[in-house]
Amino acid sequence: MKQVIARLKASGDSGLSVLSSLIAVLAGLLVGLVVLLITDAPQAFPAFRHILTFGFQEIRNVGQVLYFATPLILTGLSVGFAYKTGLFNIGASGQYTFGAFVAIWMGLELTFLPPPIRIPLSLLGAMAAGALWGAIPGLLKAFRNVHEVISCIMTNWVGIFLVNFIIMQTIFDPMRNATRTVPLDSNMPGWGLGELFQGGASRPSSVNSGIIVAILAAILVYIILEKTKFGYELKACGFNKDAAKYAGISEKRNIVSSMMISGALAGLGGGLHFLSGAGVEMQVANVLATEGFTGISVALLGLNNPIGIIFGGMLIAYLHMGGFQMQLFGFVPEIIEMVIAVIIYFCAFVLLIKLFLAHRMKKKTLPNEGGTHTGPPPDAGEPNRKEEDEGGAGA
Amino acid sequence: MSYIIEMREITKEFPGVIANDNVTLQLKKGEIHALLGENGAGKSTLMSILFGLYKPEHGKIYKNDTEVHVTGPNDATKLGIGMVHQHFKLVHNFTVLENIVLGVETTKRSVLQMKEARKKVQELSKQYGLEIDIDKEVQDITVGMQQRVEILKMLYRENEILIFDEPTAVLTPQEIESLMQTMKGLADEGRSILFITHKLDEIMQVADRCSVLRKGKMVGTVDVADVSKEELSEMMVGRKVMLRLDKKEANVGTEILRVQSLTMKGEPGHKNKLTDVSFHVNAGEIVCVAGIEGNGQTDLVYALTGLAGIDGGQISLMGQDITKTKIRGRGELGMAHIPEDRHKHGLVLDYTLGYNEILQTYYTPRFQTGGFLKQGAIRDYAEGLIRQFDIRAGRGAETIARSMSGGNQQKIIIAREIDRDPHLLIAVQPTRGLDVGAIEYIHQQLLKQRDEGKAVLLISLELEEVMNVSDRILVMYEGEIVANADPKHVTYQELGLYMSGAKREGNV
Repeated sequence: MKQVIARLKASGDSGLSVLSSLIAVLAGLLVGLVVLLITDAPQAFPAFRHILTFGFQEIRNVGQVLYFATPLILTGLSVGFAYKTGLFNIGASGQYTFGAFVAIWMGLELTFLPPPIRIPLSLLGAMAAGALWGAIPGLLKAFRNVHEVISCIMTNWVGIFLVNFIIMQTIFDPMRNATRTVPLDSNMPGWGLGELFQGGASRPSSVNSGIIVAILAAILVYIILEKTKFGYELKACGFNKDAAKYAGISEKRNIVSSMMISGALAGLGGGLHFLSGAGVEMQVANVLATEGFTGISVALLGLNNPIGIIFGGMLIAYLHMGGFQMQLFGFVPEIIEMVIAVIIYFCAFVLLIKLFLAHRMKKKTLPNEGGTHTGPPPDAGEPNRKEEDEGGAGA
Repeated sequence: MSYIIEMREITKEFPGVIANDNVTLQLKKGEIHALLGENGAGKSTLMSILFGLYKPEHGKIYKNDTEVHVTGPNDATKLGIGMVHQHFKLVHNFTVLENIVLGVETTKRSVLQMKEARKKVQELSKQYGLEIDIDKEVQDITVGMQQRVEILKMLYRENEILIFDEPTAVLTPQEIESLMQTMKGLADEGRSILFITHKLDEIMQVADRCSVLRKGKMVGTVDVADVSKEELSEMMVGRKVMLRLDKKEANVGTEILRVQSLTMKGEPGHKNKLTDVSFHVNAGEIVCVAGIEGNGQTDLVYALTGLAGIDGGQISLMGQDITKTKIRGRGELGMAHIPEDRHKHGLVLDYTLGYNEILQTYYTPRFQTGGFLKQGAIRDYAEGLIRQFDIRAGRGAETIARSMSGGNQQKIIIAREIDRDPHLLIAVQPTRGLDVGAIEYIHQQLLKQRDEGKAVLLISLELEEVMNVSDRILVMYEGEIVANADPKHVTYQELGLYMSGAKREGNV
């Protein structure tokens, strides 16, 4: 363990990020354990062990984790991408729902097309629907200065009721109060992943090619943000919109495109989740899709880094898997939601933890390497009122 | 010898930097003691320690040879220490009177007793000739009056040790003159004054003694009568400094920028931000816009660069009408802009040095192909600028701009803007908050641009800069240009009158 930490430290800034995220997760788990102990002490440790290990108990469980992680990675990317460009996309839930509906509709109604065309088309439809739904808060913010959080909450609720209404008019199955079941060949191909993760279990895992799509999406987001001119503009707006304006970058266009991409990612998540062939239908219920909000946690946990979000999504899915089993020990399954909530709570401190670690490391290394700063600026301690004037300390 | 305040062997460290290194400062009763140093030399840190805002690692503070512990501004007030901060600490929607008594209000059964306070304030104001409008809200009075309110605050609290932190930065020459008189009067009465500044003229004018700080260390304390300005500046910088710029005659060329009847309306119910502003800037000259902060300079720059829209008038660059051209279009036509606030507009602080250097040109084929940034080209370009403009950055092009010092951050912007090879360079307070060495460097760069035949429009609040650097001076007052002066013929006093609206030229 010590070696691992040492290596993480050696790898510099990104290492610190990983380490601080892990500390947040550990702290969250510990608080969860305390809650378990308070609720039912004798059962607490077995239950806790279950949370920690269930995802790895069977190979099939690993597959299930990947299956559950797929939509979470995409909603996480949706939130993380928007965040990098200075927007808080709390509307991933609505975008997800819209994307899901369009994917299901196309899967049901476009059966005249061969699956290799029908499936990608359904996914594109899901992305377009999400993008459209994300564009609304984007346009409102760009042209009417409406804060995106407010309009996102609106589009979430409008989205769920609108989708319910359209489902009832089109692809409704009154027996189950849900959408009709999508034909099998409209679902994402398994590519043998289900069997690969079957292990000794009686039926294959639900994991399918969706996870590959999710990972590719993360890589694509990474490339857009870090390697392209478009990403340069988006991030400049996110970091400092005044400087972006000064450089002649159109903030309005960026806000709208960022929200559309963000919405497309969430919509894709919805499409992948409901075209998974795992027998899930879209219920007609007046509840917001939780995946959209879990996406916020995933993005926080992954420090808004697309690659970090892949692991963040998997971790949350892993904990959820263990959480489903809590009833075996006489606990309510919601307990895992609490553990995750605490982890998220500590995630808010991730940056703080990171700064603390950086500070400690610097103290230790200061005598040998003197002036190489990676952490906060040397003049961070100067009084605020002197920001301009004395800013040159330690140059 | 007993000192009213003695700070002995003070050491204060911040992560990675020693702000004060074994500094001893002795203040005699009844003297005006100047504290001189470049930005970042540790002046403010030292004063913050005296005022109880920071706790030093080592060192003690004595008052009249008795050790005292200052753990917060309240302790400082009890010891009779008062401070006029550089940025005033006033409540904007309180009246002058309310601001003065804030924190030491007289009450009777929890009800404010303002009558006594009013009487006392009025007496003080009369006694020291500090003219104020006692019932006006602070947001409606001038900066000069705000400073008088700050001084009255200290007098109201009967402070005997008064700290002035760069008090003249925001004042006109006339106001500076009257402040100097007030300071002398207070010292004659037996109050002791610590006067933080980096302006040598003011020290020569009022101070009795001067302590010089350099890079956190005390260089020495001298009697002002025994030293010259040159010696003081050498003590401050640690090397000989050119106080006068070596400036060739301007070789004025064709007209580059022409502004005609520019008007920008204010918020509804407010005065115009700009009224009928007309002027031109030619190639090969530095035209300087002088004026007190907030008289429309910022709006003028926003209008010229396209950051804000205008309500009337016309702007042309190189004979081409750019009134409706967008920000980027103006840049491409040859306008470069060193913005007033480098943190707000000039830099993306979380980007690397390299990414900041391409902020205006990232979209050109030089730095991107098919939408992908050319990392190698960006790095090479940035490394080139680092060498050419002597930018100090720990990790080269990869250095995060936020981690760099103010002077080097400013160099990033200057390198970027000058390297675009503009026809017109608009530099807004380019030396604000920088030390003498950096200021010298930036002035030379501006002159170099001028000598290469570029038009330079410099917006500055520092009269000395205005007089030294410019070939022509435009004075702004309340959104209008009130004078078009020649620095060779105009005096500081005259400029001050224009700046305060007391005088205006007929034919501008």
